[in-house]
Amino acid sequence: MLKISNLHAGIENNEILKGINLEVKAGEIHAIMGPNGSGKSTLASVIAGKEEYEVTEGSVVLEGENLEDSSPEERAHKGIFLSFQYPVEIPGVSVTNFMKTAINEGRKAKGMEDMPAKDMLKLIREKAELLEIDRKFLSRSLNEGFSGGEKKRNEIFQMAMLEPKLAILDETDSGLDIDALRIVANGVNKLKSKDNAVIVITHYQRLLDYIVPDFVHVLHQGKIVKSGTKELAHELEDKGYDWIKQETTV
Amino acid sequence: MDLKDKLISSFMAFENKVDVEHPVHDIRSEAFKNFEEKGFPTKKEEAWKYTSLKSLQKIDFSIFPKEVNALENKQVKKYFLQEIDTYKIVFVDGIYSSFLSETTHDGVDICLMSAALTKPMYKQYIDVYFNKVASKDDSLTTLNTAFSREGAFIYIPKNKMPKKPVEIVHFSTGNEASLMIQPRNLIVAEENAELQVIERHQSLTTNEILTNVVTEIFAAENAIIDYYKIQNDAKTASLIDNTYINQKSNSVVKVHTFSFGGKLTRNNLNFYQNGEHIDSTMKGVTILGDKQHVDHHTLVHHIEPNCESHQDYKGIYGENSTGVFNGKIIVDKIAQKTNAFQQNNNILISDKATINTKPQLEIFADDVKCSHGCTIGQLDEDALFYLQSRGIPKKEARALLMYAFANNVLESVRISELKTSINRLIAEKLGVRLGFEL
Repeated sequence: MLKISNLHAGIENNEILKGINLEVKAGEIHAIMGPNGSGKSTLASVIAGKEEYEVTEGSVVLEGENLEDSSPEERAHKGIFLSFQYPVEIPGVSVTNFMKTAINEGRKAKGMEDMPAKDMLKLIREKAELLEIDRKFLSRSLNEGFSGGEKKRNEIFQMAMLEPKLAILDETDSGLDIDALRIVANGVNKLKSKDNAVIVITHYQRLLDYIVPDFVHVLHQGKIVKSGTKELAHELEDKGYDWIKQETTV
Repeated sequence: MDLKDKLISSFMAFENKVDVEHPVHDIRSEAFKNFEEKGFPTKKEEAWKYTSLKSLQKIDFSIFPKEVNALENKQVKKYFLQEIDTYKIVFVDGIYSSFLSETTHDGVDICLMSAALTKPMYKQYIDVYFNKVASKDDSLTTLNTAFSREGAFIYIPKNKMPKKPVEIVHFSTGNEASLMIQPRNLIVAEENAELQVIERHQSLTTNEILTNVVTEIFAAENAIIDYYKIQNDAKTASLIDNTYINQKSNSVVKVHTFSFGGKLTRNNLNFYQNGEHIDSTMKGVTILGDKQHVDHHTLVHHIEPNCESHQDYKGIYGENSTGVFNGKIIVDKIAQKTNAFQQNNNILISDKATINTKPQLEIFADDVKCSHGCTIGQLDEDALFYLQSRGIPKKEARALLMYAFANNVLESVRISELKTSINRLIAEKLGVRLGFEL
């Protein structure tokens, strides 16, 4: 589904990703772990097409299509979804209206008519239930004054609404208490199918107890320095990142 | 002949059209003298530093329309509120159109200034209110006073409220190559009275029009007035709006100004708080493009203790447009426990657009809460990326962010049909279809 080859990318002449290779197949869950500043969030932003980042070498290919010239919205239409580490607060636009706009813009890109209002409401209600989201919450301004947990739950709610092929969860566990973590992970697991894929970016192993990865990769200084199965995550939890750092320097 | 000379020579012709024996004419003559002496303001004056009237003065405006121009209902229907019924005071090229209007004398007076200025039954109100809050030395205000003859007259007696909102609409037909009109409005809400007014100036062609309007508003004890100004005029239409509001104790007056169009627009909005526990609110949304220019000058004079004022102006400036916000707050020495808030936030969406924003606080009391803030920025890139990453194209994402930015000003609009129509105007102005019902 997703093939990243020799990806070099950075911001203002400062190279952050220094040759990433990663292949994610449909039905798989990949975890990307690594110490702070290793380039995890940059990788997520580059896949989602954030314009600040410049790709200097290599490619990101989704289902055989090079995304090089695709805008963030085009990537979204092609099925990429990024759950933000820090979702942006947008006062003045309600969660519901935001989702209606996003869904209908996606449909427009595919040459479809707007979703009938009745179907939209039904869909919103159904997905809100999945994330245990209160109806009152949906009429509030997007992320404004939301707690950390509410923001993350709202991200996964958006993912549920948009049904992406590839979801990237950037530090979705940060700022979550154990109940919120369970709800979020439960939502992700219910959305998981053999036709879609998930990349979980996390600093800690905790989330991976709930969203169990098929593969774990360790990112360090802009490169994937180690790949393995879920046991690797446990090893990192026990030993920390220092041994990886040492191994790489050696 | 420049505009000032033309106006001076027109005043004699004007005097042939009105009753010079009427006491109001003494007020006019006095005002005329002031204008004759001062002339049009220039950029040398601090209050007009960023707004030049020079090029307007070179246009050969007709001061009186040559003929009465009729308009069909269907030509102008879209400029009125559609879904709800309203009283309408409509003028075409400055002349009252009874055909398009719906006035009333049923318990309240919603009618014409020309009637109020000439009929004996209204003399009592004219004596008490006419030219009592309007400035007697501001040159443009006195110019209007000198030529004051027509406009809207609204009188709401104690404890009354009209059944429906009032729309004051001025159409210009372009039958003159260029026309200057000077409407004069007087609005009085007595104790406990309530009133909603929507004012609009609409040019129907691309011929030049200059409107120099003065509106005097009196809110007695406990009166509540909502006043909405819709400025979405043609690019050859210029408007100088001089609004003076006198409030008494416990009254609430809110003025919303929506500036989406026109060539040059100057809003002089002045509040005088003559009582305690008064609430004065000024809100504005300005969305400009092209070479449009809007200048908001507000004044709140806190004369008595325990009053509040709230100002919230948002501006979105594109292309070569220019904006000005100057918010003056005066708190007199005895006006303790005043709460005065002022906020002006602007987004520049073009490198060539400019905004000049200035708070002007003169506080002589020591126990007050006054705050002011102004920001000038671009759209938040992170927010833009967030929306795009959800599949909302950049153009629509920008529009949604701008819509959101302006949205909280609309929250206080109490006529929901008006709110919807303003929402539509904003979407139209931003040139996009928003993906949800407004």
